[in-house]
Amino acid sequence: MSDNALGLDLDPSILDGSLDCVHCGLCLSACPTYRVTGRENSSPRGRIYLLRGVAEGKIELGGLVADELGLCLGCRACETECPSGVEYGAMLEKGRAAVAEAGLRRGWGARVERFALRWILPHPGRLHALVSILGLAQRLGLDRLTTAALPVLAPANDLLPRVPAAAERRRLPAFTPAQGERRGRVALLEGCVMAELFGEINRATVRVLSRNGFDVLVPPEQGCCGALHAHAGDPSMARGLAEKNIEAFAMPGGEPVDAVVSNSAGCGAALREVGQWLPGRGEALASRVRDVCEWLDEVGLRPPAGSLPGRVCYDDPCHLVHAQGVAEAPRRILAAIPKLEPIEHADAKSCCGAAGTYNLLQVEMSQQVLAPKLDALADADPDWIASGNPGCLLQLAAGAHARGLRASVVHPVQLLDRAYGQDGQD
Amino acid sequence: MSEKFSNPEAPSPILIERLSGVVGEDNCLSRPEELFAYGCDGLTLDAHLPSAVVLPRTSDQVAEAVAICREFGHAFVPRGAGTGLSGGAVPLNGAVVICCSRMQSILEVDADNRLAVVQPGVVNAHLSEAIRHLGLFYAPDPSSQQACTIGGNVAENSGGPHTLKYGTTTNHVLAVEMVLPDASRVRLGSPTGFAPGYDLVGAAVGSEGTLGIVTEITVRLVEIPEAVETVLAIFDEVPAACRLVGGIIRSGMVPAALEVVDQRTIRAVEASVYKAGLPTDAGAVLIIELDGAACEMDGQLQRIGELAEGEGVREMRVARDAQERALFWRARKGAFGAMGRLAPDLYVHDAVVPRAKLPEVLEEICAIGDRHGLTLSNVFHAGDGNLHPNISFDRRDPDELARVLAAGKEMLELCVRVGGVLTGEHGVGTEKRDYMGMLFEPADLDAMRRLRDAFNPDGVCNPGKLIPTTRACTESNPKARGYDEVPL
Repeated sequence: MSDNALGLDLDPSILDGSLDCVHCGLCLSACPTYRVTGRENSSPRGRIYLLRGVAEGKIELGGLVADELGLCLGCRACETECPSGVEYGAMLEKGRAAVAEAGLRRGWGARVERFALRWILPHPGRLHALVSILGLAQRLGLDRLTTAALPVLAPANDLLPRVPAAAERRRLPAFTPAQGERRGRVALLEGCVMAELFGEINRATVRVLSRNGFDVLVPPEQGCCGALHAHAGDPSMARGLAEKNIEAFAMPGGEPVDAVVSNSAGCGAALREVGQWLPGRGEALASRVRDVCEWLDEVGLRPPAGSLPGRVCYDDPCHLVHAQGVAEAPRRILAAIPKLEPIEHADAKSCCGAAGTYNLLQVEMSQQVLAPKLDALADADPDWIASGNPGCLLQLAAGAHARGLRASVVHPVQLLDRAYGQDGQD
Repeated sequence: MSEKFSNPEAPSPILIERLSGVVGEDNCLSRPEELFAYGCDGLTLDAHLPSAVVLPRTSDQVAEAVAICREFGHAFVPRGAGTGLSGGAVPLNGAVVICCSRMQSILEVDADNRLAVVQPGVVNAHLSEAIRHLGLFYAPDPSSQQACTIGGNVAENSGGPHTLKYGTTTNHVLAVEMVLPDASRVRLGSPTGFAPGYDLVGAAVGSEGTLGIVTEITVRLVEIPEAVETVLAIFDEVPAACRLVGGIIRSGMVPAALEVVDQRTIRAVEASVYKAGLPTDAGAVLIIELDGAACEMDGQLQRIGELAEGEGVREMRVARDAQERALFWRARKGAFGAMGRLAPDLYVHDAVVPRAKLPEVLEEICAIGDRHGLTLSNVFHAGDGNLHPNISFDRRDPDELARVLAAGKEMLELCVRVGGVLTGEHGVGTEKRDYMGMLFEPADLDAMRRLRDAFNPDGVCNPGKLIPTTRACTESNPKARGYDEVPL
């Protein structure tokens, strides 16, 4: 057994973090994987106990610990319940980094993920080319052929939407002026997946921000936020990407902005943590990050005059409600749209099972976690399901389709944008 | 002679294979790392590895698992969510853990007869959520109710803040189905709440898993009261809050809850996600909850206000709405966990004293804490005289740990001396097993042993809990010593 396997090289902050847990167990039933399995090892308290066991040399950093850390969705619902303030998400990432370093992440899925995170996601040109090839394959029907030949790819294929037309995938303008009375200037994080697959949401976000009186800057030097890298146990790559964004968002257009706005909960949460990743340099960026709904709510939404008759279920992205503590703002934004009726569904605050790349790597658990949410949504029967994170949008759309729900899955700003579009002022 | 069961050094692979056959491979854990986290429950000081963990889904599977354990001469211990605080689910002597956390079905809700039938793994709070639309709730509400299971509540006869008016778990269990240690199944009690003959449901509730494994529970449901008022009485010191508790009870009112939270606790909670705007400069806050008919509320509130004035209350703050009330309760119930902000470990004590003795006992408890140089906080069910002195410490410091244990023992001795008892709602488990002699004569303990032996004659079910092992037993069976050397 190497020193590493005994945990002697484990990041000492893992042990420190685990000491915050007094084993009260209030986190247990908030944990989606515990709810499915009933296993202590698949609960936040259990995982913390395992990590402490490794740190204290009582158990090996081996297959079981690696598996249970891999099975965690990283939704951080446990943090919302933890009276002791255990920083579970940070501990999980460090634990996963140790697992990766010890060579315990095995299997083709982990290898593909590592490759994509290192060599594709951070490079907009490569990502764009890959998505273009994918779009072509979809048009030629090759995706169906491929999954027929390689069923292992079927879950990934089920999740992917049709690749949008090239016009939607072009980059956002570097500057969009405020409409009406000018209230300030913000920078927008364009994101990698958002830009490629959800360009329409990005454009709606720009229109909505501009409509609310903000100049919108999209610094071209920005890049991937590094969230997926951090979650997958690659902190050095995440830090490198954060460096780039600290630079890009410091003085866009030559002066500081009022806020750095994100419409992707996962990216926003990561940018908010840059201060912990890079102490001393990251705090300035981290403190200015706002989710788009949070920002509009904070500055005061300009209410749309146009209406949108129908019912909407808001579904909380974990990295908004649990990681950033934003729950009410998106609900207030939706409630401000005339004739739109927000309905709460019973399972809004628990994970949908998307969790970054989780739904590709842990297919079965991801579906088990999603199932109760689809039950609740089927009961509520809305016209729209609104959620503010690309992974959740893909997962919910695929799930709603498979379940035969009539609702379409949208970002809250899309509904807002549509309401503005109908007030005759555009 | 009881407790003659002991386990082989390592479980036989055939045992594991057979258990897997019952619950499926995914639900039978046997690798050492898989078992590690099952070494303890909410009491972390005293971890013992089980030989295996099985996670059944049905009563049949529990019975089959018990039969297999028997066949292999293997002890077993039931577990729910593992939030117990007295070590009740700790597998001594390598017992097999039969974990009921997957038995989560609410089998029946009978609103007309005000009862529900549940599996033991149903989370306490989930039952009340599921029946809220019927205007009903399940009254016992331990602080861990968002995680703990009703099966575990039955085992420990759990209480909670609302015990004052509504009673503990035993007052709400009408009937149980139980797998006995010989793998047979019995039904005790009756959904009517009346069962002629000996009160065997009463024996089963609070038996800490030493009589068998409860696999189905019929519970009483209670109507959600028409009106609820929650008031914070804010004091500069704890004794004044305790005196108000005495005054309220003497006046003849029966509030739903009377909870005292001291300053150290308030500060820990207010630093956490459970913050509710409790004043961090107050010496103590008494949470008073009244429920019942709407027409009774104003009069009672006024009466309590007058009594509080008499005790020098600093401020009375009434919860504005249901949302603020929920915040207050979340803060109260998150209090134990919030102590993790003070030190790596927390010892939650549990003892009961006559209510009138609260002020003097608390003073003495604080003196014990000071004498041992410990960080002590108090948050407790004052209306019931049920104390929870909490000691924050670091178990890695052997000297501090020794002082924690010594202080805990002195506190219990004090409570018993003034006419109290060893535990109100956390159970005896391994934690207080060896202190039972403080409260009971050997003949009392022997009577308890005979009751246990009637259900569990060879001690195969949750060995080493609740009743101290007699010296003779230990000597006659050296292997049984494993659980006689528990450090607590």
